[in-house]
Amino acid sequence: MSQCRQMSDSPQVRHIETSTSDGAGVPPDLVRVGELAKTLTGIQGLDEITRGGLPKGRPTLVCGGPGSGKTLLALTFLVNGATQFDEPGVLMTFEENAEEIASDVASLGFDLPELIKANKLAVDYVRVERSEIEETGEYDLEGLFVRLDYAIQSVGARRVVLDTIESLFAGLKDDAILRSELRRLFRWLKDKGVTAVITGERGDGPLTKQGLEEYVSDAVILLDHRVHDQVSTRRLRVVKYRGSHHGTNEYPFLIDASGISVLPVSSMALAHDAPLNRISAGIPRLDTMLGDKGYYRGSTVLVSGGAGTGKTSLAAHFLDAACRRGERCLCFLFEESPQQLLRNMRSIGIDLEPWVTAGLLQFHADRPSRYGLETHLATMHQVVADFHPTAVVLDPVTNLMTVGTFSDVQAMLTRLIDHLKTENITAVLTSLTPGLTNVERTENSISSLMDTWIVLANDDVGGHHRRGLYVLKSRGMRHSNELREFVLTDQGLDIFDGNGAHHAVV
Amino acid sequence: MQLSDDRTATPSRDVKAYVLRLYVAGQTPKSVLAFRNLKQICEDHLQGRYEIEIIDLLENPQLARGDQILAVPTLVRRLPEPIKKIIGDLSNTERVLVGLDLQERRAGTA
Repeated sequence: MSQCRQMSDSPQVRHIETSTSDGAGVPPDLVRVGELAKTLTGIQGLDEITRGGLPKGRPTLVCGGPGSGKTLLALTFLVNGATQFDEPGVLMTFEENAEEIASDVASLGFDLPELIKANKLAVDYVRVERSEIEETGEYDLEGLFVRLDYAIQSVGARRVVLDTIESLFAGLKDDAILRSELRRLFRWLKDKGVTAVITGERGDGPLTKQGLEEYVSDAVILLDHRVHDQVSTRRLRVVKYRGSHHGTNEYPFLIDASGISVLPVSSMALAHDAPLNRISAGIPRLDTMLGDKGYYRGSTVLVSGGAGTGKTSLAAHFLDAACRRGERCLCFLFEESPQQLLRNMRSIGIDLEPWVTAGLLQFHADRPSRYGLETHLATMHQVVADFHPTAVVLDPVTNLMTVGTFSDVQAMLTRLIDHLKTENITAVLTSLTPGLTNVERTENSISSLMDTWIVLANDDVGGHHRRGLYVLKSRGMRHSNELREFVLTDQGLDIFDGNGAHHAVV
Repeated sequence: MQLSDDRTATPSRDVKAYVLRLYVAGQTPKSVLAFRNLKQICEDHLQGRYEIEIIDLLENPQLARGDQILAVPTLVRRLPEPIKKIIGDLSNTERVLVGLDLQERRAGTA
């Protein structure tokens, strides 16, 4: 017998000695005052919300309902640790065996068997079947500790995932023992200095069915999967993060073919650069109206107007000009297909096809109703992150209103615009206004986010149909206040001179 | 009371009908008590027909996985099949006998 171990029979008993055969315990994690050491999860967005990852050397509780993605989040944390951060991990699973888990995540490109072979991951499946176990007298869960410790040592683990330890409550009858042992386990994990993720089933009242949040007091992340109007949305919230600032909002996250990604949070502070360089709007006379130089790079432009006023044409000019400069452009379509748009623009002399072929221009067409706003937002983020554009067009952004309320859409656009600004991407958003008179009303919800606002209007005077546009606002530049008439020619959009036929001072 | 240093305690040389494994983690009061209780029960009910193997998980942690050991002490009845598990210090003799399927047998013969 190597040594005498003291068992804690009461929940209040302090943890005694955790070292095993080697006799030397891992020194407790030293937390510097003021700055908490963190461990990167490698999960896009999550590390930003938590400002650097999970608390290093401490357990984090990830709770959520069935299918909320908690196991996936935990596994991604482990796999990223092993593959990106040179931190081997241990997965102790209580619900599925190693093979089942491996096949679950194989589609995401996680090769668990390979990681196990490379000694970067150890998986221990703990099976507890109440019907097979007779309980008599005092016991503790030292067997679990021994297994965990053995697994940790076998790969030199720095990360540990327990998924889902609450299963023990179904397997063992004595809740009191279980609770005191869980308390001891979480202390033990801390003393081991491993960064742990413990998943828990969401309960009705408390965060988790068994009140695990009571034991894991360092960080708690809540995952939520809601279906509203037949549109499903996943959200993540950092409920608690002791000793650290963190974003407290609910953040949408995505589970797709590439795994889990939390939306890169809109920057928490308004700290965008305000570049001074200007880029052409694609129409020389419009540039002239915008202080002679066009848009600010990284600014956001709203082009609003009724049906058939030429919004998309204006946006197409912008794309064309950007591509001519060799910039990468992304165009989100919520109404037309890329083919329709290409054809329509060709009819006014704007041929975008070569830019598509050259790989400079990419279309991304989605029906707004295809999924919820959050998912749209997440998808757009993903596409932007993949394509690295310097210019983006959303046409028409008002179509998104069909899947959310004004305030939802506004919130979503705020986040998107925020992100685009952070990335210094110039964005043109078109907005369909229902009639001629209430031009400004519809966009009120988003106009404050816009740097430049161009209004297009049709006008019928004396049986004569005329098109006009004016710059309603353009921050940080002297701009024209004139309503200018324009025509759509087979050479594109042609704005008349300021002293043209339809000349008015607004 | 000490656990025997000998890993097995075999009071009889015949073919053992009952192969029992007691998993412990170090020499704790609970494990000592469990062993004492087990020994007593076996002597009372299985004399000459049993074999007890004690596995100290602190020395052989890799063995915990095979029998799905979680709690200690855990008594595993490896033979006769099916495998049965009894966790705790085995202080409730009735429960242990039921767990080992000995209760009915005794009731039948008594």
